[in-house]
Amino acid sequence: MMSRTHPLLVAFAGLTFIFLIGPLIIIIGTALSDTTFLTFPPQGLSLRWFENIFEISAFRTTMVTSFMLAVGGTALSLLIGVPAAYAMARYRVELPKFLPNVFVLPILVPEIVLGFSLMKSVATGLGFPIFTSLLIGHALLVLPYCVRVVGASLNSFDFSIEEAAVSLGCPRWKSFFTVVLPNVRAGVIAAFILAFITSINDVSISIFLTGPGISTLPIQLLAHMEQFFDPTIAAVSVLLMGVTVAVMAVVEWTLGLTFLTK
Amino acid sequence: MPVPAPPTGRRGKNKRLRDRMNPRLFAWVLAIPATLFVALGLGLPVLSTFATTIGEAAGPLQPYIAFFTSGFRRTVLWRTMEVSLITTAISVVVGFATAWVVARAPGRIKSLLIIAAVFPLLTSVVVRSFAWMVILGKNGIVNTALLGLGFIGEPLSMLYTEGAVIVAMVYLFVPLMILTLVGVLEGIPRDLTDAATSLGATPAAAFRQVVLPMAVPGLIVGAVLVFTGSFTSYATPQLLGGERQMMMGTFLYQRAMVTFDWVGASTIAAVMTIVTLATVLVMSRLARKLNPVTG
Repeated sequence: MMSRTHPLLVAFAGLTFIFLIGPLIIIIGTALSDTTFLTFPPQGLSLRWFENIFEISAFRTTMVTSFMLAVGGTALSLLIGVPAAYAMARYRVELPKFLPNVFVLPILVPEIVLGFSLMKSVATGLGFPIFTSLLIGHALLVLPYCVRVVGASLNSFDFSIEEAAVSLGCPRWKSFFTVVLPNVRAGVIAAFILAFITSINDVSISIFLTGPGISTLPIQLLAHMEQFFDPTIAAVSVLLMGVTVAVMAVVEWTLGLTFLTK
Repeated sequence: MPVPAPPTGRRGKNKRLRDRMNPRLFAWVLAIPATLFVALGLGLPVLSTFATTIGEAAGPLQPYIAFFTSGFRRTVLWRTMEVSLITTAISVVVGFATAWVVARAPGRIKSLLIIAAVFPLLTSVVVRSFAWMVILGKNGIVNTALLGLGFIGEPLSMLYTEGAVIVAMVYLFVPLMILTLVGVLEGIPRDLTDAATSLGATPAAAFRQVVLPMAVPGLIVGAVLVFTGSFTSYATPQLLGGERQMMMGTFLYQRAMVTFDWVGASTIAAVMTIVTLATVLVMSRLARKLNPVTG
């Protein structure tokens, strides 16, 4: 017997989705407005606020910083996270039981507490340069995704295949790159995407670590909002939504979007 | 899958190499960079923050006594608790009802709905909070509409109120709840409810006695994510609450970067961490206990 979903419930869900998507459509509308203030529905259509983004040098430079930080932080995190995930999947008995919990810590400790602590100890205390401090913060922030997502792939990998390669004379490092890694490719891609989007959207860590001359796009956006409340903010927001679309397209293309509900 | 052909003549050398490196050592060599990175990059700085709060000359617990005896700081803590709890409650109800519909929707519609939930989730928190500033602002859509319809004589000030923060937070977390619960609800076999109803249970009873107990662990996981996320948020209370609706996150930032009171900021950080950890520990234990499979 298949009971049908109650129509009232369906209507409720419909309203929820209007609630979820409506505000984003409003932003797109305000970004296209020809006025100097934020208004919806837009009055007159123009792309001048999109041009304005690129005329403000702070937006140009922070865009580059954000991108470099997301790629660099994710790469660093994968570089140390993948071997750790491999070790924990392959040598579960040899390593202490608490080790996987270590890699949950960056999620467990509130992001803003981590940002403040890094500012206090690393940036101010040790005098690390701003970009290095940001890189450490972002790599820490995304490490749990790298270790856990790649780890989940590795857990379903049959290590006897690797053993076969090794016993046939393949060096360990080579068997890792030619046998193990191609089999957990989806996990590595997923980890990269999740880490990239987390890093590029981060506010709570970056807000403490950005300083004179170096800032990230979300932080610059916050700073801009405090002074000007004009459609440039909406235009940057649309640009950031474009990043989301690009990321979702990559997910669909490489893994299929169903991956996101698993 | 590419399995390389065995290189001849090198077998002996490889065997020696493997014998030299014992598995435990090899495993540690691989795991140590990431472990050290967390220990030094997160462990030490966070512990140093905690140490700041107990290393005071006036007494080890002085900053905490100061925190809890100050009316203003208590107000901030309670406001944060209140906003987080209300956000969680609304997100659980809205998320569950919506996830129920999504989980039962036919294939194509379902993937469309999932895309509609994922999209806001992947979009910057700043963007999503900004949207509500546009909607709730003095010249915002709500005010324009109400003025136009003649319901109000002058614009309402809705920004910088607790309600504005809650609306934006619910907006932030409902997608997370939906996606968490769609996965959970899809994992409950339809046969179970069918069996219950064919044995005479009303749909309501089948829901209460079969679906709900199986969904509870997922509901708890989602609720913990929403609560801790709201409790430690920064951008949303900053943009929609401002100075008037100071919350723990914005308060921490203000203490650290505006008044440079590092002991005060560290104390706020410690309180935030303790509340977060306690919530996660207690609730995950509860989830395990209430899980019909493991409990």
